[in-house]
Amino acid sequence: MPSAVRHFTTTLAESPEPVTDRRGMPPRRIARPASRITVGRIALYLGLIACAFVMLFPFLWTVVTSITPGGTLSQGPTLFVKNPTLDAYRTLFATLPMWRIVLNSFAVAVVATVLQLITGSMAGYAFGRMSFRGRGVVFGAYLATLMVPLQVLVVPLFIEMKVLTLQDTYFSLLAPSMASALGVFLLKQAIEALPRELDEAAVIDGAGHLRIFTTIVLPLIRPSLATVAILAFMASWNSFLWPLVVIRSPELMTLPLGLSALHGQYTTAWDVVMAGSVVSIIPIAVVYVLAQRHIIAGLAHTGIK
Amino acid sequence: MTTATAQPAPVTARRVRHTRGLPGDRGWRNAFWVLVFLLPSAVPLLLFTVIPMGASIWVSLHKWNLISAPKYAGVDNYVRLLHDPQTGKLFLHTLGYIAGYLPLVYLGGLGLAVMLNKKLAGRTFFRAAVFLPVITSWVVVALVWQWLLNPANGVVNAVLGALHLGQPGWWTDPDWAMPSIILASAWKDLGFVMVIMLAGLQAIPSELQEAATVDGATGWQRFRRITLPLLSPSSFFVVVISLINGLQVFDQVFVMTGGGPQGATQVVVGQIYNLTFRYGRAGDAAALSWLLFVLILVITAAQLAGQRRWVTHA
Repeated sequence: MPSAVRHFTTTLAESPEPVTDRRGMPPRRIARPASRITVGRIALYLGLIACAFVMLFPFLWTVVTSITPGGTLSQGPTLFVKNPTLDAYRTLFATLPMWRIVLNSFAVAVVATVLQLITGSMAGYAFGRMSFRGRGVVFGAYLATLMVPLQVLVVPLFIEMKVLTLQDTYFSLLAPSMASALGVFLLKQAIEALPRELDEAAVIDGAGHLRIFTTIVLPLIRPSLATVAILAFMASWNSFLWPLVVIRSPELMTLPLGLSALHGQYTTAWDVVMAGSVVSIIPIAVVYVLAQRHIIAGLAHTGIK
Repeated sequence: MTTATAQPAPVTARRVRHTRGLPGDRGWRNAFWVLVFLLPSAVPLLLFTVIPMGASIWVSLHKWNLISAPKYAGVDNYVRLLHDPQTGKLFLHTLGYIAGYLPLVYLGGLGLAVMLNKKLAGRTFFRAAVFLPVITSWVVVALVWQWLLNPANGVVNAVLGALHLGQPGWWTDPDWAMPSIILASAWKDLGFVMVIMLAGLQAIPSELQEAATVDGATGWQRFRRITLPLLSPSSFFVVVISLINGLQVFDQVFVMTGGGPQGATQVVVGQIYNLTFRYGRAGDAAALSWLLFVLILVITAAQLAGQRRWVTHA
């Protein structure tokens, strides 16, 4: 599977044209009428530009709205704002502890990701490398939890948090995302694909499970760890239903929840709501720009099998 | 005492396995390490998935508003749900959402993947543009689209007005509310489907396409006879994921319409939320989540069974 990721990422980047084919001949070119290619190309580009416009315009509009003076919004939208203002952002930061909320979102997503990587890789090692009675049954039980969506669990999980008096805490935000069966599954697959000779050699050198796991297995499954990390981070960053159910205090809110609360308060103040949207898009857009290749490859990875 | 009689068997079993496992895999030491590696994931899964799941059956058999003591109600909650015409509507709205959303994202994602699989300048830019909504959270997507599709001063109606076309009430109109949600959802997920289909396209050996071209196949014939069949694993994945996610649709509905107007967009998970936190009917909510769960299981099983029939591998 790591090879699948590598294959995908390399083909995503411009793959070099083969200079020769398998028999050492120069690559055959199938001639096509030149005019058809150019007309087709132009149509293709026009189509793609239209698509890109549809995909990007809402973001542009969000930014434009957030700097439009509130009073002029009701007169209908304009792309070129006459007196751009940051008033909406001032209202936003005065209404909600936005810095705290952004930080919460990041902290919860990072902790959830780290926890899922630790719990997932350890369980993956146990299922992929250790022999014990009932391994198949236990692994089956793990997979069975994959079938249960959070939406179905929300009511009993909320009751559980209430009974444990843990609702409205950071712990309750993290509780359902400490371990993910999908992560265990992906990492077990990756660990099983590693050659056994590696750890057998380490055993001869006197290494135990802990050393094999940390010094041999973990470095070799990095691509799969990246996939699991991306899935975990995005799931936590976007999670809405569970925080909505379990969090009440503004200081514990994550971005989706804060935005929803903002929307409830300013139903018609679109400049403020859009300012909130801009603030919540920026951090994840930065993460995306930094890790674009890994994110796309990671998501594609979940689809190949 | 039963443990004492059962003990010898595992020892032999372990010995047999020992010959195949690592030299250290034996007895209590092995059991200790297995626990060390498994407990960090097993404990949270047990506490926050398995136990709530079991508790949910218990809750579904009670009348409970989460404040006073729960009262045992047997299968009353289920019977009431199955007789309530509202339940059918919930599932109908949810399926209506899927019926609108799935063709849009599938055909759109496939089309974009085919276009972006060609070598062309600016390909990275186009891919990034299409993918940007995927990383944006549902709440933001819902808010932005609620503003774009604002009937009074939204930009979409402004453009439609300038073109002298009809200006629908979008999410404020019972007939247009679900299409508005579908539009926003498809916009968000298009990039995800594109990435999956692109990965599928790139897994197709180029020799096949070249051979077909040499044999005189037209572009459409190659797409229809080679690309589409060999994309079936990716298509299958997209359909399964979309169906399962579609059945659980909530965030965008909650933010854009809150289930309205006049209940026109009330979906299953939205009703689970309302029953629990608005109407204090946790028992009914738990019963409804079990109905949803069974439906998800049935669809997943049906699709896994159907997979063999219509998925072609290269």
